[in-house]
Amino acid sequence: MTNVVPPMLIPGRCWAKATRVMTDAHIPSAAPATGGTRPLSFQSMILRLHQYWSERGCLILQPYDMEMGAGTFHPATTLRALGPEPWNAAFVQPCRRPTDGRYGENPNRLQHYYQYQVILKPSPPDLQELYLGSLLAIGVDVTTHDIRFVEDDWESPTLGAWGLGWEVWCDGMEVTQFTYFQQMGGFDCKPVAGELTYGLERLAMYIQDVDNVYDLAFNDAGVSYGEVFLENERQMSTWNFEVADTAALFDAFRKHVTECENSLEAKLPIAAYEQAIKASHVFNLLQARGVISVAERQAYMGRVRDLAKGACAAQIEKMTPQWQSRFPEWSL
Amino acid sequence: MTDFLLELRSEEIPARMQDGARANLAKLFAAELARAGLAAAEIVTYATPRRLALIARDLPMATEAVSEEVKGPKTSAPPQALDGFLRKTGLTRERLTERNGVFFAVTEKPGRATADVLAEAIPAIIRAFPWPKSMRWGNASASTESLRWVRPLHGIVALFGEEVVPVTVAGIDSGAVTYGHRFHHPGAITIGSAADYADKLRMCHVIVDQDERAAAIRTRAAALAAEAGLELVPDEGLVAENAGLTEWPVPLLGRFDPAFLDVPAEVIQLTARVNQKYFVCRDGAGKLADAFICTANIEATDGGAKIVEGNRKVLAARLADARFFYDTDLKVPLEEQAKKLQKIVFHEKLGTLADKVDRVAKLARWLVEEGIVGGENILPGTGRGTSEAGGGGAPGSATPEAAPLHRPADGPPPHAGEDKAHLADLAERAARLCKADLVTGMVGEFPELQGLMGGYYAAAQGEDPRVAEAIRDHYKPVGQGDDVPTAPVTVAVSLADKLDTIASFFAINEKPTGSKDPFALRRAALGVSATLIAGDVRLPLARALAQQGAAVARTLAGQGIAKFPDAFRQWEARFWEARDAGTPFVRNADGSYASPMHDVQFSGGISAVIDEYVAILDGPRLDHAAVLDFFADRLKVQQREAGVRHDLIDAVFALGGEDDLVRLLARVRALQSFVGTDDGANLLAGYKRAANILKKEGVDASGATVANESLSYTPEKDEAALIAALDAAEPAAARAVAAEDFEAAMAALATLRAPIDAFFDTVTVNDPDAAKRAARLGLLARVRASVHTVADFSRIEG
Repeated sequence: MTNVVPPMLIPGRCWAKATRVMTDAHIPSAAPATGGTRPLSFQSMILRLHQYWSERGCLILQPYDMEMGAGTFHPATTLRALGPEPWNAAFVQPCRRPTDGRYGENPNRLQHYYQYQVILKPSPPDLQELYLGSLLAIGVDVTTHDIRFVEDDWESPTLGAWGLGWEVWCDGMEVTQFTYFQQMGGFDCKPVAGELTYGLERLAMYIQDVDNVYDLAFNDAGVSYGEVFLENERQMSTWNFEVADTAALFDAFRKHVTECENSLEAKLPIAAYEQAIKASHVFNLLQARGVISVAERQAYMGRVRDLAKGACAAQIEKMTPQWQSRFPEWSL
Repeated sequence: MTDFLLELRSEEIPARMQDGARANLAKLFAAELARAGLAAAEIVTYATPRRLALIARDLPMATEAVSEEVKGPKTSAPPQALDGFLRKTGLTRERLTERNGVFFAVTEKPGRATADVLAEAIPAIIRAFPWPKSMRWGNASASTESLRWVRPLHGIVALFGEEVVPVTVAGIDSGAVTYGHRFHHPGAITIGSAADYADKLRMCHVIVDQDERAAAIRTRAAALAAEAGLELVPDEGLVAENAGLTEWPVPLLGRFDPAFLDVPAEVIQLTARVNQKYFVCRDGAGKLADAFICTANIEATDGGAKIVEGNRKVLAARLADARFFYDTDLKVPLEEQAKKLQKIVFHEKLGTLADKVDRVAKLARWLVEEGIVGGENILPGTGRGTSEAGGGGAPGSATPEAAPLHRPADGPPPHAGEDKAHLADLAERAARLCKADLVTGMVGEFPELQGLMGGYYAAAQGEDPRVAEAIRDHYKPVGQGDDVPTAPVTVAVSLADKLDTIASFFAINEKPTGSKDPFALRRAALGVSATLIAGDVRLPLARALAQQGAAVARTLAGQGIAKFPDAFRQWEARFWEARDAGTPFVRNADGSYASPMHDVQFSGGISAVIDEYVAILDGPRLDHAAVLDFFADRLKVQQREAGVRHDLIDAVFALGGEDDLVRLLARVRALQSFVGTDDGANLLAGYKRAANILKKEGVDASGATVANESLSYTPEKDEAALIAALDAAEPAAARAVAAEDFEAAMAALATLRAPIDAFFDTVTVNDPDAAKRAARLGLLARVRASVHTVADFSRIEG
């Protein structure tokens, strides 16, 4: 067993607290990550985060099999933020943001990238310390770097959700969004969930000290991120910006809206929510194609928000008997 | 006397809220003390990202004892009254005192321990704390009634002297323990008292005094710049923000790749400031240097090398993105970008941005061609006052107004017409390009750079500098205090853009209501007024609105036909060609249309479409009065600061027909000085008396004609005098108004004051002789009418 408190840290509240909640008091191979030997590869970093959060009682889920703009859209975040049941989960979610595509030519921007998402409900009192512990676990040395919690109130107009929190800066780079959800789908979160969203590529670039995302070591056997994704970025940027059939997309948007409404009528909120996610992604594609004006944008986002809110409302309605049987005091 | 220390330790408080929080903490605390009859000699507050603290100096150990006397019933009152009083006071009969036959209950309120007062005050303050945004958290948040704080609250230090004031708020017990810097000293610290609070924290790498942190940042950042041979670009906003983001601020200077300096300085500065909260520096020549200063929150063990390197990378990535946008944008002519506006909807009812740009371009051209903008500079001799200037011919005999408009002494006059045509071309060109940067990558990324980037691209692509300037500045003024455009091309585009926005949204009845102004029409109207007034631009608003109302109607009709068969599109051009040529389409008896100009008959199907098009085109029009009222309201708001009375603006607007804001304001100013004089005040009184009589008698404005008929009787002396005064004053006032000499118009009215007073003193209006009565009412109506040549005095307050 290695010591969980790395030697360069003054033993104190943060880390002491972080250790207190550890079930296993063990961070595997903490030394290599922080001791100056080879930094973690992209995939090792993910494994390390999985291990860290698994040891802290999180379910380790897999990515949702749909295109979405952020890990927050994953039903394990959105729908699970509703209701009284405790919920602790961590997962990687691929994110698609068509407008961020740069044809593989920009060292920092991708139209497809990964977020690491942790959701803890209710938010634990030492969430900041737990988070800092996870940075430590993947090799961030807090004595030579500048970690800051900078105000960033999160709002997702398309999810009808908001929360207060920060973007966490590491030497001026935003590496994580840290949010206490206050509302989801227009409903008060009771209790509040804490959400951590790590930008995995950014963190990896930082840990591996590379300037170009495509130069990241994906594994420890010489495969780079570029070898895995560069061609994908080129092709998908071209498709997103130049090729995607806008008439078909407008049509798809309408159909997802209709299907969402059908599903709501059939009292199937999860199915409805999936259609809302799809509509949201189609909207993002239309944005990338530059065929939605500023004025229309509001209307489209309003549409998606109504769908997402409708799904959340339906989910609450459907689940309330089950929730109340376990948490009799709970009500909307 | 003892000091009190309160520290509320939480997760990171947003920098922008810290000053307000300190002020609120001091206010709430002082109020709680005051309720208990206590006051501190001094209240000091501190804020860091992780704590909000207060020190109250020299509090007494206890409040003073108070004796309170309550009056009860008379001793003669029935026993029930006495019983009631005893119940109310909780006293027994023996404890009451009697005086003058009345019972009194005297309760002695002993002094309370200040610690007890504090123990009640702290939870009250925390629960009532007005954060701009607050949140719930943790297990307690299962209820929406749980404590709200800006971020999760973790600790309360409450020390009165050296004693803990015991309180429990939302499960947090107060104590003497706090924590130092998150990384330098994460362990617990025990505070002894208010006296050692700041020092103990300093030893644990926390500078609790925000002003001290700000000073450290300011000084150190300037020193770092100086050491590098540069000059810091001062930015107090950034100083305060960085002080609010750090407990132990360590400014560090880094360099970025000088190749990025090709990107406009504003872009670099904006990126550095907004996204990264970095300071920037200038070199000796005053140009932006390839350096940034970030403020870390840690004394790094490597002296900050890794932090600087990390920040450099982040900035480089941001600047690379900016340069990518800039280079990509530069490759596409703005004219090409402008074509993409056809795909962007301005508003669902108002067509695309391209439609808007087309309307704006035409209006901008019209403003120049009509001589409204740039007129005085290019059309010598046609300005106001020139009619009087023709007389003497000798140098110096010209009126002051004419002086700046003099013709050159010799040589032909400048090609005024050509200049005007050129200026109109420039204005139209600028307007056609002014929104093109909205589709550029840079503005997509930094919307706040709209206009500015268009200006850069236009200049780089070889547009006339006046066009580039107009594109850059046409959004101005953005708010009160912003620069107001004065260059003619810019003024034309700026006015045209804002007037079009106002006309468009009023045409579809999207007017601001209450606090709702989603399309920022109020700001647009303020911008128009400020530009007109600053540049002395004589814009007849009603004509401009008529112009734009028609243009908007055309757009609206075009929106309507979008749902019609495509076939109409090809006829639309002909429709307008024919209409503009004065030979519009003709509607036959069978309902079909024909164009004599093109010698075409349209089929019945298309005719139905044309019918609908014409119906929208000729449908309800822009409500000019509503727009003018809207401008009047905005003008009142805008002029309030300049001390212009709103009722006087109303008084002038109420006359109707005054739609030139510059002239209106001149009139209002003259009126304001006039009503401030004795003559003015008395004339106003006389006017009001006349107006009241007329109102009572139901004489409306048409009654004025009566006075013009010859009298059937010999008028009394003061009646004749008033008629004579009116005979003189009316034409004088009218002339002065026409010449826009409003002081003279007021002076003409002032001559009526004495005759009106005398008339009311000696002449009976309500004469038994019906003819006399009618004539005298007519005379009063004439008084009212002549006063109204200047302003509607009934709107003047007081």
